[in-house]
Amino acid sequence: MIRVVLPAHLRTLARVDGEVTLDVEGPVTQRTVLDALEAGYPMLRGTIRDHVTYRRRAFVRFFACEQDLSHEPPDAPLPAEVVRGAEPFLVVGAMAGG
Amino acid sequence: MSGVRVLVGTRKGAFVLTSDGTRDRWEVNGPHFGGWEIYHLKGSPADPNRLYASQSSGWFGQLIQRSSDAGRTWEAVGNKFVYDGVTGTHLWYDGTPHPWEFARVWHLEPSPTDPDTVYAGVEDAALFRSTDAGQSWQELPGMRGHESGRYWQPGAGGMCLHTIVLDPGRPGRIFVAISAAGVFCSDDAGTTWRPMNRGLTSEGIPDPRAEVGHCVHRIAMHRSRPDVLFMQKHWDVMRSDDGGESWREVSGNLPTDFGFPIDVHAHEPETIYVVPIKSDSEHYPPEGKLRVYRSRTGGHEWEALTRGLPQRDCYVNVLRDAMAVDALEPCGVYFGTTGGQVYASPDAGDSWAPIVQHLPAVVSVEVQTLP
Repeated sequence: MIRVVLPAHLRTLARVDGEVTLDVEGPVTQRTVLDALEAGYPMLRGTIRDHVTYRRRAFVRFFACEQDLSHEPPDAPLPAEVVRGAEPFLVVGAMAGG
Repeated sequence: MSGVRVLVGTRKGAFVLTSDGTRDRWEVNGPHFGGWEIYHLKGSPADPNRLYASQSSGWFGQLIQRSSDAGRTWEAVGNKFVYDGVTGTHLWYDGTPHPWEFARVWHLEPSPTDPDTVYAGVEDAALFRSTDAGQSWQELPGMRGHESGRYWQPGAGGMCLHTIVLDPGRPGRIFVAISAAGVFCSDDAGTTWRPMNRGLTSEGIPDPRAEVGHCVHRIAMHRSRPDVLFMQKHWDVMRSDDGGESWREVSGNLPTDFGFPIDVHAHEPETIYVVPIKSDSEHYPPEGKLRVYRSRTGGHEWEALTRGLPQRDCYVNVLRDAMAVDALEPCGVYFGTTGGQVYASPDAGDSWAPIVQHLPAVVSVEVQTLP
């Protein structure tokens, strides 16, 4: 079970409180986690990554285990703590303006 | 008793203001989508309970929200705006080619007859349409693909298709306006387009009378006379009596002919409203006096409407989509300011009062007249 923490605006959009938990089959990567997230919550499509290119939006960051994974390749494995559910995968709205 | 619903888009959310036909007491509902920019929301003329809203943020991009119960509840629908075919380039601010990049939806225009059909004007300038109530969007690529498209350049606010006027009497006839390209018209439901800028003069472009390149801020039409169009250009208030084939200036005695919105009285097609702004670099009313100007002669002769509006120390702006009229008798006129006030006049502009005074900066105001 993968735990995902969304920023407040996306929690509101997805109508969830707290963390989202996802079943991810196969390798656990940014791509597979976001695929599972968007499959469960289709209203999030386009808000985290581009519809067509799947590139991360400029002011969205990915953190886990106190590391910034935003620039990791989307198919790179996520940390083992995320894979076993000990740590969440954080989708963060970058600190930029108001 | 009939009523009025005022739909207000702001920099930090949407608000729905409702009143009965007296337009005396108002209920303020919101913010919806708090913290998000709401460039525009508008109701379907075919089903007043059907609303569409353009919701966006610099972090999370574009969303489209749809309500089927007059704004009580909303559902996020399709937000995939993908240019059709080869994207191509337009000109950037420095004159170099720049790829078309989708930024946001500026304007939503529901069909007058089908609540599930809605048009979206976007930045970078293009026209999209949905025929499934916003679930999916298809570009009408003839607009962006017009032969002049490669030479379009953004205005200061971005290269946006901000105005969509659907001719109620001639299905398939669509006018759009783009900053800074000008007015275009289609007679075949958006397949092919013609520029409609003859008579416009803009000193800020190399050829002041060029066919394309004018910074048109808004156009308006009275449904009873679709061949008469009114325009607020960057500078100049204009009118056309031949369906946009030619334009002539009607700025007349306005204190300044710069401004953003323009609208037409619901029952008097020669009565029009503008809000003069001091200049293109000073986006506030001249002399610190917030004045709506009304012409009952279709232009040229204007009167200042001041009763109830601040006449000192007022330095707000009124943006292009932030003025609308209702269809009651007498006609109500509404506008919102970048200072967060929404003013209403229940007597065609003779007197004004604020409905709300402390909203976030108002981007758009639309009005629904309810049975």
